Amino acid sequence: MTSEAATIGLTHGASEDTGLGQRGPQSKSIVVPYGFWLFVLSDMVLFSALFATYATLVHATDGGPVTSQLFDRSLVAVETVSLLLSSFVCGLAMVAAKRANMVWTQVWLVLTGLLGLVFLVIELREFAGLVAIGAGPQRSAFLSSFFTLVGCHGAHVTAGLMWIGTMSAQIWAKGFQPHIVRRLLCLSIFWHALDIIWVAIFTIVYLIGTLP
Amino acid sequence: MFGKLTWDAIPFNQPIPLITSLVILLVIAALAIWVWRKGWWPYLWNEYITSTDHKRIGVMYIVLALVMLVRGFSDALMMRAQQSLAIGASQGYLPPEHYNQIFSAHGTIMIFFVAMPFVIGFMNFVVPLQLGVRDVAFPTMNNVSFWLTASGVLLVNLSLVIGEFARTGWLGFPPLSEKAFSPGVGVDYYLVALQVSGVGTILTAVNFVTTILKTRAPGMSYMRMPIFCWTALASNLIMLAAFPVLTATLGLLMLDRYLGFHFFTNDGGGNSMLYMNLIWVWGHPEVYILVLPAFGIYSEVAATFSGKPLFGYRSMVFATLAICIISYCVWLHHFFTMGAGADVNAVFGIASMIIGIPTGVKIYNWLFTMYGGRVRFTVPMYYLIGFMLTFVVGGLTGVLLAIPPVDFVVHNSLFLVAHFHQVIIGGVVFALMAGYTYWFPKAFGFTLDERLGKAVFWCWFIGFHLAFMPLYVLGLWGGTRRMQHIADPTWAPWLNVALVGAVIIGLGIVLTVVQLLYSIQTRDRRRDVTGDPWDGRTLEWLTLSPPPHYNFAVLPDVHGEEAYWTRKQTAIKLDRLIEEPDYQPIEMPLNTPIGVIVAFFASVCGFAIIWYIWWLAILGLIGAFAVLVWYSWQDEHEHIIPVEEVRANARERRRVRMEHLQELSQST
Repeated sequence: MTSEAATIGLTHGASEDTGLGQRGPQSKSIVVPYGFWLFVLSDMVLFSALFATYATLVHATDGGPVTSQLFDRSLVAVETVSLLLSSFVCGLAMVAAKRANMVWTQVWLVLTGLLGLVFLVIELREFAGLVAIGAGPQRSAFLSSFFTLVGCHGAHVTAGLMWIGTMSAQIWAKGFQPHIVRRLLCLSIFWHALDIIWVAIFTIVYLIGTLP
Repeated sequence: MFGKLTWDAIPFNQPIPLITSLVILLVIAALAIWVWRKGWWPYLWNEYITSTDHKRIGVMYIVLALVMLVRGFSDALMMRAQQSLAIGASQGYLPPEHYNQIFSAHGTIMIFFVAMPFVIGFMNFVVPLQLGVRDVAFPTMNNVSFWLTASGVLLVNLSLVIGEFARTGWLGFPPLSEKAFSPGVGVDYYLVALQVSGVGTILTAVNFVTTILKTRAPGMSYMRMPIFCWTALASNLIMLAAFPVLTATLGLLMLDRYLGFHFFTNDGGGNSMLYMNLIWVWGHPEVYILVLPAFGIYSEVAATFSGKPLFGYRSMVFATLAICIISYCVWLHHFFTMGAGADVNAVFGIASMIIGIPTGVKIYNWLFTMYGGRVRFTVPMYYLIGFMLTFVVGGLTGVLLAIPPVDFVVHNSLFLVAHFHQVIIGGVVFALMAGYTYWFPKAFGFTLDERLGKAVFWCWFIGFHLAFMPLYVLGLWGGTRRMQHIADPTWAPWLNVALVGAVIIGLGIVLTVVQLLYSIQTRDRRRDVTGDPWDGRTLEWLTLSPPPHYNFAVLPDVHGEEAYWTRKQTAIKLDRLIEEPDYQPIEMPLNTPIGVIVAFFASVCGFAIIWYIWWLAILGLIGAFAVLVWYSWQDEHEHIIPVEEVRANARERRRVRMEHLQELSQST
């Protein structure tokens, strides 16, 4: 093998590493969560469109109720605590899964789901209460955008709950195989992302909406 | 039980859609029977429909796009014919409600179901090959993306047979598209079809950004990626960030229509200009989703057929990314007339003109690539030159439109129609035809007929100019777009010239089919045995034509830009091939029916939503979820290709390459 051939590319496996991760394709444990992250980012873009809609329409109340008449800070505080706590518990489930501890993984996953359920029930009660006093989404553009923004987050939490249930059953049936653990990682990314969205909703909708 | 669906939905009293749908159904049935009689269904099922191979999926996207091109073009011919006939006293042959559906369907189909699948098809076929890898990052999801797109196509075409299509233009502006003014199912068909195919597009974007950023051949750093991969990356980044906005916007309109919300309505505090802003936040970047990969194709063509590296590779990358970002800062130029005020309009007008700068950089790069090269005037090169002539003029009329006072005069006029057709046909369609000719031998192992290809080019080139130059004139005279009847008889000559142009383009489409059939018939005379028919420079020409499922027996080692060109020149110089590597078994993804099944449920669910058949919609959703769970329960998603097979294939390729090398060294 002449040195010329070696430098211009007639050899195998000798390409220089320029430090940009181009030593060939990455492993699945990198690629799968990375792809899922991109999906979560696109989901956040979707939410940003809904936030923009809410910000545009928040004062378009059409003579109907305004934010400060509708929102209850203490109820939202309970919601927030349960959702943030569920994220923490989800982290514990990941730790347990990393140690391949079946019992604790299941316990933490179920607890994550239960806390998510608490959040969802409070949200649905809030929605039902609003509809009952004639402040449903058909009342005004403001209420349309409020129900859509918060409801879209709620729909994501619902999807997350279905995913948690499926995931829990799958771990139980199949154990901690690498592809199952990757899926669990994606689930936790999804669940944490819902927290981030919720923090924005909490601030922009509820906190600003109940300013005196 | 069946919601709004009754026998009245079938257009028994309207001969045009009825006969068209009957003919389409007959053709589909005849094709299905013919394939069945030939015994090709198992082959189609195993090699295409359920395939996770990016090359096969790419081919399916392009076939879909070509079929829908015929549909969208038929709409165009009908519109041109109507405008030539309905002048003065005559009312033409299309009543207004039908004409409005036709222009709406034409725009929707051409953008979403011709241009998009065509571009995505090329990215599918080319990107993994150029990156020197075996498939995209998520092959199964790729199959699902394709079938969701096909599901959207199905729903749009179903509107021809059952019900009606939207009469609201290709972007469905409210308040016209609200329930109060469009109570029929037309807008619902539009919304649901785009939502289903939009999900497919977002998944595609996730797939390709991951593929390009995380799976490249060893040694391929960012600045060594072929320019088409760069443009595909930029395009997919835009898709990833723009398509969710489309999903959200169409979702809001659906809430208005289905549940009585007040986002864009005239009452309840709704704001229809919010829709304009949101839809164009997606809509303008969409233009660049299409045109950036087109620029990538031109770059590959220019370098290959000029026999030179691309001039200004780095400036090309920089220009691509600049366009990628600025494309988000110009959306308001689609509605300067909204009345946002002089300051806002000035900002967006200037931003729109700034996009012309990186685009100009690219034009000069292509010119300088040709300058001093040994230019071979093949069909793709014709398209490149035709593109540069056409696109520059189209870009200049765009700069005119970016000046707010000018835009106020020609807003929504035929001038605008001529402008965007000039950039999309001259920019995107020419690139797609160039890419089709350029990569066809890689996909099927034989080249397309050159003479017929040039005839097709001339049809597109001459036909386009005849069809759209008159519209500039009419637009400046005050002609608005989407007119079902023309009051002023002095426009007749211009409209007739436009009709002739459209017919010539139609001849080009017919000749494309002829070219394909003729090339298949004479394929033995035009085989590409070496895998490198054009003396190419990027890695897709390293492997055989058509490539094996796994593309490369060993992943190529990349040294410097133009990975394959460097390797080829070294081999010619040293008069020998690279040493035979140590072959390994290859793990490849298995076929999967999941895409077809999910798309089936999506179509059922979509159809049910359009017609308010709620039990069926819920059933469709449950079905889709159940299939996903079932799929996630499978353990085997990959199979191993044994090393013997890999070695045998690779040795055959080496033998062919060795012969080719000897021919080359004898000729020089």
